[in-house]
Formats: sequence, structure tokens, C-alpha cells
Amino acid sequence: MATVTLRVNRKTHTIDVPTTTLLVEALRDTLRLTGTHVGCDTSQCGACTVHVDGRSVKSCTMLAVEAAGAEITTIEGMANGDQLHPMQAAFQEHHGLQCGFCTPGMVMSATDLCTRKPNPSEAEVRHWLEGNLCRCTGYHNIVKAVRAGGEAMKGAKR
Amino acid sequence: MKDFEFHRPSSVAEAVALLKDKPDAKLLSGGQSLLPVLKLDLAEPSDLISLAGIKELTDIRVDGDKLAIGALVTHAQVHESAAVQKLVPALATLAGWIGDAQVRNRGTIGGSIAHADPAADYPAALVALGATIATDRRKIPAEEFFKGLFETALERDEIVTAVHVPAAKRAAYEKFAHRASKFAVVGVMVAETAQGVRVAVTGAGPSVFRVLAMETALAKSFEPDALAGITVPAEDLMSDTEASAAYRAHLVGVMAKRAVQSALR
Amino acid sequence: MSGPQGIGAPVKRKEDRRFLLGKGQYTDDIILPDQSYATFVRSQHAHAKIKNIDSAAAKAAPGVLAVLTGEDVAASQLGGIPCGWLVKSKDGSNMVEPPHPALVQGTARHVGDPIVMIVAESKAAAKAAAALVDIDYDVLPAAGRLADAIKPGAPVVWPDAKTNVCFDWHIGDPAKTDAAFEKAAHVVELELTNNRVAPNAMEPRAANGNYDSANDHFTLYTTSQNPHLTRLLLAAFTLHVPEHKLRIIAPDVGGGFGSKIFHYAEELLVLWASKRVGRPVKWTSDRSEAFISDAHGRDHISKAQLALDANHKFLGLRVHTYANMGAYLSTFAPAVPTYLYATLLSGPYDFPAIYAEVKAVFTNTVAVDAYRGAGRPEASYLLERLVGHAARQLKVDPIELRRKNLIQPNQFPYQTQVALQYDIGDYQATLDMALEAIDYKGFPARRKASEAKGKLRGIGISTYIEACGIAPSALVGALGARAGLYEAATVRVHPTGSVTVMTGTHSHGQGHETAFAQLINERLGVAIENVEIVHGDTDRIPFGMGTYGSRSLSVGGSAIYKAVDKIVDKGKKIAAHLLEANVADIEFKDGNYRVVGTDRVKAFGEVAFAAYVPHNYPIDSVEPGLEENAFYDPKNFTFPGGTHLVEVEIDPETGVVEVVDVAIADDVGVIVNPMIVDGQAHGGLAQGIGQALFEEAIYDEAGQLVNGSFLNYVMPRAADLPSFKVGNHATACTHNPIGVKGVGEVGAIGVPPAVINAVLDALAPLGVTDISMPATPEKVWRAIQQAKGA
Repeated sequence: MATVTLRVNRKTHTIDVPTTTLLVEALRDTLRLTGTHVGCDTSQCGACTVHVDGRSVKSCTMLAVEAAGAEITTIEGMANGDQLHPMQAAFQEHHGLQCGFCTPGMVMSATDLCTRKPNPSEAEVRHWLEGNLCRCTGYHNIVKAVRAGGEAMKGAKR
Repeated sequence: MKDFEFHRPSSVAEAVALLKDKPDAKLLSGGQSLLPVLKLDLAEPSDLISLAGIKELTDIRVDGDKLAIGALVTHAQVHESAAVQKLVPALATLAGWIGDAQVRNRGTIGGSIAHADPAADYPAALVALGATIATDRRKIPAEEFFKGLFETALERDEIVTAVHVPAAKRAAYEKFAHRASKFAVVGVMVAETAQGVRVAVTGAGPSVFRVLAMETALAKSFEPDALAGITVPAEDLMSDTEASAAYRAHLVGVMAKRAVQSALR
Repeated sequence: MSGPQGIGAPVKRKEDRRFLLGKGQYTDDIILPDQSYATFVRSQHAHAKIKNIDSAAAKAAPGVLAVLTGEDVAASQLGGIPCGWLVKSKDGSNMVEPPHPALVQGTARHVGDPIVMIVAESKAAAKAAAALVDIDYDVLPAAGRLADAIKPGAPVVWPDAKTNVCFDWHIGDPAKTDAAFEKAAHVVELELTNNRVAPNAMEPRAANGNYDSANDHFTLYTTSQNPHLTRLLLAAFTLHVPEHKLRIIAPDVGGGFGSKIFHYAEELLVLWASKRVGRPVKWTSDRSEAFISDAHGRDHISKAQLALDANHKFLGLRVHTYANMGAYLSTFAPAVPTYLYATLLSGPYDFPAIYAEVKAVFTNTVAVDAYRGAGRPEASYLLERLVGHAARQLKVDPIELRRKNLIQPNQFPYQTQVALQYDIGDYQATLDMALEAIDYKGFPARRKASEAKGKLRGIGISTYIEACGIAPSALVGALGARAGLYEAATVRVHPTGSVTVMTGTHSHGQGHETAFAQLINERLGVAIENVEIVHGDTDRIPFGMGTYGSRSLSVGGSAIYKAVDKIVDKGKKIAAHLLEANVADIEFKDGNYRVVGTDRVKAFGEVAFAAYVPHNYPIDSVEPGLEENAFYDPKNFTFPGGTHLVEVEIDPETGVVEVVDVAIADDVGVIVNPMIVDGQAHGGLAQGIGQALFEEAIYDEAGQLVNGSFLNYVMPRAADLPSFKVGNHATACTHNPIGVKGVGEVGAIGVPPAVINAVLDALAPLGVTDISMPATPEKVWRAIQQAKGA
């Protein structure tokens, strides 16, 4: 067992979990932040993507103990109160989600891209999203949403 | 996952001491290779020693026309580094093709090469560029570092601290990626450095290898056509659902030719 | 309300907000008080006798609550997992219908067959205990692949049946077809396979069973496309607990594509185990477990012959197909290669004669059942490959060959030779639209430009049709269905005029919460913000058959329309009373009841209020309240169709096929929400292109699935696909009240042959005439090498 202090969505939590606990397990099962999903067991699908110190990582491929001291943001921490993050809003506007299962990972991955590269081309978006699988949308509207969301992020001060 | 004890030393010396003390321990860097292995119970270490707290391993430094890339530098950092882009742009390009964005944000150069996955990208670059791997106790030329399938020259208690990469006159990497895993089915780095021309191949065989016939031909004439007719034997290559050994052998030629074309651009 | 929200309005989805906030609730998100966790020990062998199970160490492991085997299942007299469809062979005999115990009893018949169930305090404890179970196998020869299972002397999956053939079925008129071939000027033949694929919805399956002993009541949370069907099967066949003691909840479900239609053993087992251990029991599939326990799709081997006259008019079609069933018959499995496949073999063409034979075959693999399109992609692939092949053989333009044979608009209703009657369509219109969208005329110039870059460019076409809106109950009953396929709805108008709709369909990405609200807006004028769509809970919804076969809007939406009709009629009576007019003089329009030809009006909300506060009310003849149920049984299938065009560029050195352009024009009937319709088309296209170029569940001859993870099962990613050009040309369905046909499957059905025809078009100059799906880089490279060598 390990006692881990995690900073998630601007709140500090101290939890006792087995040392083997993955970050995604701590988020979902212990902190009950179930917006972060698990779609595979080989670190491929990206449904579990969260931000660790501002960068997108697969929370299924990181131990909770490794995340101690880091600033973690999950999909639940993206909106500002009632107001969707510009990337979340763009996904709704452009129908970039269907079943919603890959969506949190897509949004987290996309905001990381657009934070670092405010005007990604279609090809850059598609390349960046290689770590996120979607089975519903054919990516068409996700790519549109990411580009629009990136544009909106430039204008928004959060 | 089997239970283990977790350690987070703050110096290389402390980490080495832990390794000496715990015979079944494993080092944890970015975890992008190790955690998938642990999740499948393919390894059951008694202890995990995280290097994340060792600040001395996190820098990219420029020393004349050489790069010193700390073992904990992530693939994303290599890809985005102005110094790498300036001195060895082919290495920056390669780093941007490793795995996917999330893997590049966590995975480190030290972790990747110590794991020595036969389909990893870095080995081709490090061998072709004549890089040197620095450890807590010595410096190992890249070509001597990669010994085989998941096998390196590292001693059990030895830690990679940095990778020293000399600037190349020209170099390029071309990769045929596995369409599911994004590992290299075949990745070829062609580099012309002070040591001459080198062609190194990853993904195709059990470990990175050089193609001497291609190197000789390119030393005479650094042109794509110089490689015409040079083949690698399929016998020693890997085969899986994505690519047979014969197809891999063919792709080595195609990727090498394209790497030369890119290097000339 | 901002802007129009009725039929045709591209309104944003109501359900998106909770998903975007991370507040969706999927089955695995639910942790019940005192939750325990299950895992399964599954067969590592494709075919093996279980000599002994040593579970002593597992039982003694920390945190273990129960270790259960097939013997326990038998002792509890749980029913076997049933098949929902009986297909009869040519000779009138019933299909071979093997037993399917929830846990293996005696012999495991595929890799992944569950043998032992472990229930423990935590997932980790369950898995640790599973590793301690020691199973002594007697490994038997296995029929691992369809091609092997049909060979004489192949290992037999079900020894009592003496053969691997489940049924030997046919449709059409053999004599008429023989006669057509006799007079043919040309006969073209093709052998082809339809590759086996794994559905891989992003959310793995999960089930959480909870037995409440105080009330003797079971609740199951499950990843289902049709909770009522699951309840029906649990009640009648497997758990033997009557419906009123069973509540099935399918909360947010992360994609299904068919794979979550079926009643799976795990659903039964978590309920059963919950009663045994006295705690809720949750199982969540790992992805690698999903590959060997979710039903797969497709897997056909076929021979097809096309007879044409001297003017290239189609005279007849002859088809012989082997279809893989896997080791056990899953819920819909026998219907897929028969009534959902062979009945579609006329495609959009005017065929005077068709004869098709289908042999369903058992193999030692996980079950094969409906996957997006289910039978219809296999039919369109066969037919469109065959027509493309004919065009190349006869050296005629593939567009012209199709034009010549398409059913003409004035031929509707069109009776095919394989049982279906198409009500309406305009195949020429969608063909013209798609050709225009992709700039077909400009293709030769684009091909030249590709050649200049050293690339091979090809264009491929598919003119397809599908049957959906499943299905008229009496018809499918006559064909062997063991259930009706109507849909149910309740429309509850609240006193203040807001509306709750209970639907028996289930939304797992299709956007019902929005599209169905638009139906209410269209009919009652209520803003969609004031409409709540409830689905996925057998205690809240009267009944339903669920979502598959592109049926939700055409069948489920029509049920809502029927219920709304009753609401409107009742409202007229109330309004007539309030307006002191005759019912016959009341019209309902734009949310208002009006005395025809006057300005005397009662708003819908006022009428609803009166229904619940019946002070001034026709109480002697009209009951208070405003809530209606309806069941809708479709009169016919619906027949979406259209043209899909694909352009590819091939790197001849590597064999890599890049899809550079996709333009489709579909007739999906009346469109309720064009944004959602386009999104459905996009997703289907990605899965169709996935099947054509990327995906294949590969079994070796021993029955091991060799690429059962996301590391080696290749699915298209963002960088593998272009943006899609999607067009629509609607002819309204003639027999449902909304005029809708269905769109969920069009991409998966229409596009695979277009992709392969494009690949073959690109490779034709090299002399390549055939390639199988998926056209992987290595396969294309080899075809090029072979052609060069020939």
C-alpha cells in the first residue's frame, strides 16, 4: 500500500491505495472521477488521457505514485463552472462525439495540441490524434471540432 | 500487476545503490514500455525505482557540435528542442514519430534505449549517428550498446544517464510504422557524419543492425540510386501479422532509399 | 428555443453536455454499495476436454468470495444461452442447435470459452485468484478457420452433429436461374471472402448484477443495445426469473455496432453469482478478453456467377456461400447470412433470376453474429465486386454497366427474386450526385498527376441497397424469428406541457435524445429543451426490442408518432370542450388547437394543463391525464441505398493504399437531423474502410486468435482517413409515418466494395485482377510483385 497525495482539478486528495494502482484506477475507483475511461489494456486507445503538468498522458500507463506532486487535470476539471471549455464547446458544436466514450480522452488530447500549436492544420490534427481511437465518428467531425476549438482557445482567457 | 515497493531516489548514486541492494528491482523512467509489460504480468519486479526525481538527468545540453540528451528527456522534448532541431534535425523528426502524442509526452530516451525494444525508433538513429550512451560508470558506443532482443550492454545495476549525439553532415530517418502499435515495422536512419556514412535499421530484426553494403555504396555516391540492387536477407528478420520477413526485407531497401532522398533535401 | 427544432433542423445534441463534462454514466462507472468483482478463467485452447479443475488455491486466496464452474451452473439449472432465430435447411430439417452452457461443461469449444468464474472483494483479488486455478486440459483437434472447417475430415466442433454444417439453406428459383445462365451471352465468376472482423466498440462490455433478497428482485446494469430483449431471454431461457422480478438497466453505452445486442453468459452469471454471494457482482471486460468473448462479424467464403445478355443486361445471379457461425449460435447468428444477406443479393439491380445457397458452418472460434450492417455488407460486397469484375472482363464502363441494370424509378414497388419488395428509391439520382461530388470527369487528370508522383490512382464505385427498419413481426416470424420486432413508446405530457418520452430503442451514440425530441417538437410544437427521452431501463419503459438494423427512428420513431397521434386526438376532444366546438371542427397545427377557420385557439400547453386539472373538462367521455402508449409494427423493411465512390492512391513500392477521397450520396429517406445523419454516415464509412483496408480477426489453424489486442488488430485512426463528402437525396419511405429509412449502417454496407474496386482500378494497369479484404500494404505489394512476375 502507498499513501499518495494527488492534486486533481485544483484540489488535493490524500489516498491510500495499493502501490500497483494505476493513475486511472485512482481517478476512477478512488476519487470517483469516472469521466476518464478505459478502452484497452495495451496503452493504445487514449480514452484514459488526462493532463499531467499540462501535457496529455495516458493515465492507464502511469502509476498513481508517479503522479504524486503533479498537477493533474481530468475532463471533469475542464469546464469553468457551467461554462464549457472552448474545446468542449467545439466538440458539441461540430458533432465531434457520438457515444461519448472516447470523448474525454479526445478533448484532453486536443487541448494539449492546441495549447502548444494554436493553429494546427488538418494533417497535424490527424497525426496528433494517433493516440486516440474513436469507433463512432470516423474522425471527420472530431478533426473539425479540434481545429475550431483551437481557434476558440486563442480568443478565450481562462 | 504483482505488488512491488516503490522508490524515488533523488540522485543517480542513490538509484545505483538501490539497484545493488535489490536484485529483482527494475528502473522506472517514463514507464511507457515498462507499465504495459507490468500490466500484462510479463515482468514481476520486487521493487520499482523511479528516476523521475533525479533532476540531473532532465536536460538537453549543447557541447560544441554535440548534443548531450539527459536520460529523462521525453520524446516530445527531443522533438520540440530547438537545439536538436538545429544540430540533428533528423533526430527531432524521428522523436515526433515515436508511438503517439501521449507516449511522447511521458516516454524518455533513456528508458526507451534501456528497454531495447526491437521495434523502437531511437536505436536506428543512435547507431547511424555514432552516438555514445553515458552511464553512471562509463560511455558505451551505441553500436555496442544494443546487444539483441530486449538486450543491452548495461550491467544489472547500471543506469543510463545521457545520450551524446554528434551533429551529422546530413541524416534522415524513414519509418514504416505498424498501423496498430505505431512501432517501427521497418525504420531506417541514414547518416553521414565525421565517421562516414552509416545505415542503421530498426524494427526489421531482433535488434538494430547496420547494412554495410549500403554504407559502402553511399560512401561512394550519396544518391538514392546508389542503393539499387542492394538487398538484406529475409532469413534473420521478424515476421508478424503486419509484415512478413520478406516484406520487411523489401521495406528496408525502400525506406533506405527514401531516407537518402530526405537527407538530400 | 432558438430557431427551428423540428424535422430537418441540424440542432446540437442534448446528450453532449454530460459526455463532454465527463458526467456520462457507463456501466463500469457504477459501483454499488458492498460491490464485489468477477473475473473469468477462459479456455486457452480452441477445443479441449476439461479433465480436471483444481480451484483449491483460488478458493483460499485472499478476498475470494466464490469460485464457480460449469458444475455449479448445472446444479443451479441455469438455462443455456439461447439462439433467437431458427433457420431450416433446404430439406426442411431444423438447423443444428447445440447447447451453450454459461460456463463450460465438459468441453471448451473456443479460445475464450469461460470455464471458471471468480468473485472477490476487488478486481485485483479476483485476477490474482484466477491465476491460481489449475485446469487440466485434454487438447482436441480444432476447426480454427472457416476454410479448414469445411474440408472433408476436418475436426468436428459438435460430434453429435457429425458435421460442421449448422444448416444448408437456400433462396430463389434454381430452375429459373439455370435457364437464365443457359441463354446468357456472358458469364462472369468470382470467388471471394468477406473478412472476419472484431466490432471493438470503444467501451468494453460490462455487467453488474445485484440481487435484493429482501424483495427477491434482480437488477442488472449491462452494456446492452436492447435491455428488454435481455430481460426476455433471462426470464424465459436462462435465469428463469419472471420479468417483474428483473430490472435491466443499460445506462450510457459506449458504442455497440451490433456486438451489444446479444445476450451474453456474463449477464446471466453476475446475477446468479450475486444471489449466491449476497452482494452485487460486477464484471468488466478487458480489451484482450473482449477479442475472445464478444461476437465477431462477417467471415464468409463465397462463389458468385453473373449471367448477362449480349447487351450487358443482367439475366441471373448464382451464389454459394459458407458462413462462419463460430462454436455456439449467438442470438441473431443464423439470421445474418440468410435473411439479412441472401435477401439483399438483388442489390439495386433488376435481376430476372437469382439463386443463392448458404451453408452455415461451426468452427472452434468465438461466435459470429451481427456487426454493423450484418449480412448486408456481405451482400453488397459480393455483388459490387462481381459487377466491377464484369465491367473489367467485358471492358465496359462500370458506371454504364450499373446504369443499364439499376431498377428504374417507375419500377417501384419492385419485387425482387429473393423475397423483398422495395417500396421506393431513385438510384440514378444518387449515382449522379456522387459522380458530381467526386468530380468523376476530372479523374483521368488526377490519375495522371498521381502517376507523375510515382503513385497509382484508382477510383471505385459501389451502388448499394440495404434493408433496415427491422422488421415486420409476422414476416420474420414466418422466417424463424423467435421474437416480434415491433417497437414501443410512451409519450407522457406533463401538466405544464413538457414531455417525457419512453422508448424501447437504445441510444449508444446515435443521438436519440435529440432526434426523438425533434419528433415531438415537429408534432406538438414543444421545444426540445422541454422534452426528455428515456431509454435503457426496463422499469421505466413499457417494452421495446432495442436498437440494431438501423431501426430506431423508422420503427421506434414511428411508435412515438403513433403515441403522439393518440395524444393529439385526445387533446382535440379536450380542446373541443374548452372551445365549445365540435371535435370534428378542431385542427391541431403548430402547437395550437384551433376551431377551423376561426381565431379561437387553445395552446397545447393549456390543453395539457386542463387534462391534469380537469375542472372544466369533458370528464364523462374523456379520462384525465395526457399520456399514451403505442406499439408500432412495421409493414415492410425500409430500403436505404445510394452510391459510394472512393479514390485511392497506392504507393507501388510499399503497397500502402491511401484513401484520398470519399464521396457518397445516400437515400436514407426523410432526414430528421442532418448533422446526426452525416455523423452516422462518417462512422459507418470509417468501419467500412476499416474492413476493406485494415481489419481482420486472424485465427490460426489451431483456433488461436493471433491478433487479439489493439497492438496488432489494426483499426483506422485519424491519420488513416480523409474527410468525407456526404450527400443525400431523399425519397420518403412509403410505409412509415415519418418517411425515414435509416442511416446507421449505410457506410459499412456501401463502402467496402468501392474501396476494393478502387484498389483494383489502380492496380489494373499492372494486370492485377483480384485482391481480398483487408487490402493491407503487404498484400497489395505482393499482388504487384506477382503481376510483375507473371
